[in-house]
Amino acid sequence: MIGSRTHLLSPLRSKRLMIRLQHAVTHCLLIVGAILVLFPLFWMLSTSLKPPTQIKAFPPIWIPKPFVWSNYIRAVTIFPVPFYVFVANSTYISLLNVVAALVSNPIIAYAFARLRFRGSRTLFYLVLATMMLPGQVTMIPLFLLFRALRWVNTYNPLIIPSFFGNAYFVFLLRQFFSTIPHELDDAAKIDGCGVLGIFFRIILPLSKPALGIMAIFTFTWAWNDFMGPLIYVSEMKMYPLSVALSFLRGTYRVLWSELMVVSFIAMLPPVALYFIAQRSYIQGIVVTGIKG
Amino acid sequence: MGPGIGRPARTGPVELRPRLTQAQREELWGWALVSLWVVGFLIFTLGPMAVSLGLSFFDTDLLRSRFVGLSNYTTLFSFDETRSLFWKALYNTAYYVIFSIPLGMSLGFFIAVLLNQNVGGQTGYRIIYYLPSVLPTVAVSLLWLWLFDVRFGILNWVLSLFGLPGLPWLYDTRTAKPALILMSLWGSGGNMLIFLAGLQGIPTQLYEAATIDGAGVWRRFTHITLPMMSPTLFFVLVTDTIYAFQVFATTYVMTQGGPANSTLMYVLYLYTLAFRQFKMGYASALAWVFFVIIMGVTVLIFRSSDAWVYYETEIGGRRA
Repeated sequence: MIGSRTHLLSPLRSKRLMIRLQHAVTHCLLIVGAILVLFPLFWMLSTSLKPPTQIKAFPPIWIPKPFVWSNYIRAVTIFPVPFYVFVANSTYISLLNVVAALVSNPIIAYAFARLRFRGSRTLFYLVLATMMLPGQVTMIPLFLLFRALRWVNTYNPLIIPSFFGNAYFVFLLRQFFSTIPHELDDAAKIDGCGVLGIFFRIILPLSKPALGIMAIFTFTWAWNDFMGPLIYVSEMKMYPLSVALSFLRGTYRVLWSELMVVSFIAMLPPVALYFIAQRSYIQGIVVTGIKG
Repeated sequence: MGPGIGRPARTGPVELRPRLTQAQREELWGWALVSLWVVGFLIFTLGPMAVSLGLSFFDTDLLRSRFVGLSNYTTLFSFDETRSLFWKALYNTAYYVIFSIPLGMSLGFFIAVLLNQNVGGQTGYRIIYYLPSVLPTVAVSLLWLWLFDVRFGILNWVLSLFGLPGLPWLYDTRTAKPALILMSLWGSGGNMLIFLAGLQGIPTQLYEAATIDGAGVWRRFTHITLPMMSPTLFFVLVTDTIYAFQVFATTYVMTQGGPANSTLMYVLYLYTLAFRQFKMGYASALAWVFFVIIMGVTVLIFRSSDAWVYYETEIGGRRA
């Protein structure tokens, strides 16, 4: 205030200073938060490369000296089954889930987005309602059903249901399809396209981003799924990575380097997908409100 | 139809079949396409739900079953912990939900507000904060098991920096649940993204008008940001609550429900009964009660929303 009498520009300058200060404080908070988020991951990597003596060092040793790469070899050979088998199993289940999602969800979402039929509104609400249904309610009868079908210890229970659509993706795709202008449909109709023609020639080609989001999410969910394979897969050579990890925890409780190695490996594919496609990732979350 | 115009009318048997109108054809196609979902819903959701209800009246394992009426339910609700751990599991789960949801939502909201200041580097921050949400729960659980280690864990080292004694974390009935809640906060970045999208949707004119009227930062926050964000907060509250009730993998991997059942969560109890002890009937009763509880909580949140969720349409404004 005193300054403003002598200097005409100062109020403005002090305001700018305030804004700068505010920005600096915001940055500081965000950086501290980012460090808190990243630190456990750094610590995991660090532990995975440490010799046994440094793991229990006090105060902690941040950077292992030397890097013990043999930890990685030991960790992946600790299982009675070659480690790549788990990776292959997880990949197989995840990819088939992606295929199932791509085959089923677009066509269902298309009907909801574009076709007028009696009961479509009610049915769509039913789809939304199933999003809120905890899967545990159907878990036991489904197990009995799949057991009767002799599907236990196969991947069928983890894959086949995906071929019948998933409420989240039906919702995501319907929202996306609704943004495609109806004039395109009309033009296609005039050119002689039927219901399926419009779907394959107009809607699908214009929806690649949404289909991409769906594929990424499906892959990540299937990769990270634990309860499904835990219930249905009993033989170790059939284990996906998530169940193999839990097995390792049960057997070698405190081999921290090894545990961190396999955890790190299990994190790699979802993280890689996330970094590669982080834009569409974020878009998908914002549209549907679902989290990874 | 376009190509048909000007052609001579066709004669013959084709004419006899009544042609479907455009609307009727759409109707048929519509049902044909969604029938895929309907079939899946019947086989994998509705059918099993009905069977589950039926099973809950039987004493059944994988070999034989016997009708027992409501006895599964009476056992379930028993307070005798040698017969049923239902109340224990429900208490643990409720504890987890009641603390992890408000804390996680506040933290996510706070980060979103900070990011919404547009101080630069938003994309980078966003990528980092969301990162924990894409990681496999089992791997994250192993990682936190190591952080929580009583003797060599980094968290106790951090406490020692402040001259504090180390905590027993997952190995004590008093600290085990708080430890799981602390770990869940690491994933608050998931909410942050949704909140950020909501914040970016608030028209800036509202803030400008309020500033002209002399509203300070705090008043703008309570009178504009919070009401405008209430539908988003509501949505996240509902989905997060349902999700948190289903917590399973973390407790399965980290504690197996211990120590002294202090981290026995509802779904873990359900899993143990169904797939370790093969008490399918009893577990079905437990599953149905779980369903009713979640529905009840969801309805409560929806009911409460009249009091605190603000929709622009209420005052005749444009719909967001």
